[in-house]
Amino acid sequence: MFSRDAWKEIFETIQKNKLRTFLSGFTVAIGIFIFVVLYGFGNGLTNTFNKFFGDDATNVLFIYPGNTSVPYAGYKANRRIEFDNSDLKDIEENFAMFIDYVTPRINGNGMVKYKNESNGYRTRAVGPSHQYNEKTIMMKGRFINDLDIENKTKYAVIGRLVEEDLFGRENAIGEFIDITGSSYKVIGVFQDDGGDNEERMIYIPYSTKQLIDKNTDKINQIILGFKPQIGYSGAMTLEKSIEKFLKSKKFINPNDQNGIFINNVADNLKQNQQLAKVLQLIVSFVALGTIIAGIIGISNIMVFVVKERTKELGIRKALGATPKAVIGTILLESIFITTISGFFGMMMGVVLLSSMGEKLEAYFITDPYIDMGIAIFATILLIICGAIAGYVPARKAARIKPIVALRDE
Amino acid sequence: MIEIKNLHKSYKMGSNTLHVLKGINFNVEAGELVAIMGSSGSGKSTLLNILGMLDVLDEGSYTLDGVPIINLNETKAAQYRNKFLGFVFQSFNLINYKNAMENVALPLYYQGVGRKERQEKALKYLEQVGLKEWAGHLPSELSGGQKQRVAIARALAAEPKVLMADEPTGALDSKTSYEVMDLIQKINDAGNTILVVTHEPDIAAMCKRIVHLKDGVIVEDKKVDQVRASEYVQ
Repeated sequence: MFSRDAWKEIFETIQKNKLRTFLSGFTVAIGIFIFVVLYGFGNGLTNTFNKFFGDDATNVLFIYPGNTSVPYAGYKANRRIEFDNSDLKDIEENFAMFIDYVTPRINGNGMVKYKNESNGYRTRAVGPSHQYNEKTIMMKGRFINDLDIENKTKYAVIGRLVEEDLFGRENAIGEFIDITGSSYKVIGVFQDDGGDNEERMIYIPYSTKQLIDKNTDKINQIILGFKPQIGYSGAMTLEKSIEKFLKSKKFINPNDQNGIFINNVADNLKQNQQLAKVLQLIVSFVALGTIIAGIIGISNIMVFVVKERTKELGIRKALGATPKAVIGTILLESIFITTISGFFGMMMGVVLLSSMGEKLEAYFITDPYIDMGIAIFATILLIICGAIAGYVPARKAARIKPIVALRDE
Repeated sequence: MIEIKNLHKSYKMGSNTLHVLKGINFNVEAGELVAIMGSSGSGKSTLLNILGMLDVLDEGSYTLDGVPIINLNETKAAQYRNKFLGFVFQSFNLINYKNAMENVALPLYYQGVGRKERQEKALKYLEQVGLKEWAGHLPSELSGGQKQRVAIARALAAEPKVLMADEPTGALDSKTSYEVMDLIQKINDAGNTILVVTHEPDIAAMCKRIVHLKDGVIVEDKKVDQVRASEYVQ
C-alpha cells in the first residue's frame, strides 16, 4: 500500500485533478486556519486579563473607610469612619497568623519642583511593605524602610517617569525635590508594570506625611497582604473576620454595608479570570464549530470525489484492482491532501498569531498564541475524520460491481 | 479454455424476477474467435459479464483455464480478472486523466509490475495497435477508433488468457469498425482466445464461430468461414 508506485499513482491523480485537490485541501486548510486563529485570540483575551491584573500582587486586601448608613450604639447614621495607626497595630496583632504585612496608604497630590522643573504628581504615603502589594520594582536606590517610618525622614521614592520629567538625564538619587512646600531627598527610583500612571507616582513614609499634616495619626486606607498558603477560601474568611473586627471596633452595625469596604484582589481576579475563561470557552466552541464544519466539508468532498470516480474505480476493478487497492488509493489520496493542507493551514494560523503580538491590544487581544499540542491535535483530528469520511464512500465504491460502475447510463 | 455447464442467471427487478440466462452450455477452446450474437435482451451481455467475472452466476458451473470460478470474493475475482481476462468495452472506458501509455500500463500496475517494465510493455502494445506515437496523448485527444485501439492494447497488456470485447465496434463507424476488427483478427491470429459480443452480422462474420442467443438460450452455434476485415481496409 505504501510502495513507491502507490505514491506515484497518487501524485499523478492529484496532479491531474487540480481543482478537486485544491477544493478539498482548501476546505481543510481554512478549517484548521480559522480554528488556530480563533483559539489563539481566545488565549490573547486571557492574556489581556492577566496583564490587567498581573501588575499587582493578588494576595492583597484593600480596606477603605466609608460612611455609616444606619445608627448604631448611640451613634447617628452617616457618620464618617476614619482609620488611624492603632487600627494597623490591632490588625497586625489579631490576625498575625494569616497576614504577611500591613501597610497604610495616605493618598495626596501636589506640585513637585526640582530646580526650574515643576509638575503635579500623585503621592502615596505608605509603609515599607507597600512595595510588595504594588509589585514596585526598584531601578536604583531603595524603597522606604522601617527606619524611615520611625524617624519620619523626609525621603521620597519617585517613579521612573517622574525622574524623566524632572531630572531629564540627570541622576535623581540624593537630590532634593520640593513636594507641596516641603523638601524631600530622593532615595530611590522605581518602575511598575501597571503603566504610566503608576510610574508618575511618588512614595513617601506615611509617618512623615502624618507629621506634616499637623501630627495626625489618621490614614486613608489599609492594605493587607495575607499569606498565600491560606488559599482562596481562607482569604474570603479572613476578609469576613477583619470586617467583623473593624466593625465592632468602630461601632458599626454588623449589617451596615457602607461603614467599611474591603476590596479583595483575589476575589476580583478570580471573577475576571472566570469571565476570561467563559470567553475562551465561547471562542473554543466557535473554533470547534469551524473544525466540525471542516470535517463536514471534507466528508462532502470525499463523497463527491468517490461518486465522480465511480466509473474510474469500476474500470480499475475490471482491470484487476482489488477492493483493498481501491480503498487504499482513495484513502491515501485523501489522507495525503488533508495532511499537507491541514499542516499548511495550521502553520499559516500559527504564523499569523505570532505576527500579531500587540497589534490587536485595542481589542483586548494581547500576544495571541495557540498551544502547538492543541493545534496539532486539531489537525490530526481533522485528518482522521477526513480519512473516515473518505473510507465510508471508498468502501462502498470498492463493493460496487464493476459492471454497475461501468454501465453507461 | 472456457467451460460452461447449465448456466442460469436471473435479476430481481423489484418484486419481479427476470430470468435472463436459462441454462447455457458452452465451451471455448484456446485460440478461438467467437462472436456472441443476439438481439438486445437476449442475454449476450449478461453472459459476457459472467464470463468476465464482472457478475456472478446463480446456477451451473464455470471453469476458466481449468480453474473453477465459484464463490469468488471481490479480491479473488479481481486477481483472476487481472490474470485471466482482458476487457474491451463499447464505450472504451479509458481513464480520462491518464494518457494512452498510462492507460495501457494500468493492469500491469495491479499485477505488481515495476514502473520501467510497465512503460516498456505499454509502449510495446501501443506499437502493436499502431499508436506508439500517440502514447503521450490523453483519451480526449484521440478519435473513437484510436481510443478503442488503446483499450485493446490495455486489454492485451496483462497478457490475458481470454480477451472479452463487449460491442467493441458499437460506437464506431463502419470503416473504423473494420479497422478494429482487423486488429482483433490479427491478435487472434497470434493465438489469443477472443470473445466478441455483437449484434452486427458483418462483425460476427469476421469471427470464426458464431453463437446465437435468443431469450436466454443458445439457439445456434456454428463455425463460419472468417471474412478478413483487411479486405475492407485500405
